[in-house]
Amino acid sequence: MTNPVFNRIEDDIQKSDVVLYMKGSPMFPQCGFSATVVEVLNHFKVDFEAFDVLQDPALRDGIKEYSEWPTIPQLYVKGEFVGGCDIIREMAANGELTGLFEQNDIKPKA
Amino acid sequence: MSVSEIIEQKLRAGLNITSITVIDESHKHAGHAGAREGGESHFQLAIVSPDFTGKSRVARQRDIYRILKEEMAGPIHALSIDARSPEE
Repeated sequence: MTNPVFNRIEDDIQKSDVVLYMKGSPMFPQCGFSATVVEVLNHFKVDFEAFDVLQDPALRDGIKEYSEWPTIPQLYVKGEFVGGCDIIREMAANGELTGLFEQNDIKPKA
Repeated sequence: MSVSEIIEQKLRAGLNITSITVIDESHKHAGHAGAREGGESHFQLAIVSPDFTGKSRVARQRDIYRILKEEMAGPIHALSIDARSPEE
């Protein structure tokens, strides 16, 4: 049977263009890797929805199963899994992340 | 065997390896939630394999996570990965 959390994840990653599953909140990240991805998103000035997996054990396990990715943070753009901290950091440095946001018409906040 | 050695051994068994370096950087995270007493929780992996040629970064890391499934669910709290193909 499919994990019931998957429906919620699918709704959430469709509802917002940029979604981050993290430990803690963007203001108070509880893990250095989550903090790094928040910093990157803030640097690009894009709006994003964040979900704190530490507040929700079902989500914490469910998101790992959903993406077949065993670690948090996880970034989704337009419903697609993009990567974790190492990947986001590398994509930010080499310009790929800019390209991804442009392709998807995700603009920096004014 | 140390956790670093297990990581290296499992990846060598699961992939063709051009080069591999596993660094235990747990000392940098001592006292942090998820850091285990005695260390061996935070690792940095640099790996070059011809198996990664033509694969996306997500696919490469998924290969690694699959091979290290038990360790990811156990002692490894954080694994930073740099996975490249020999031509990169």
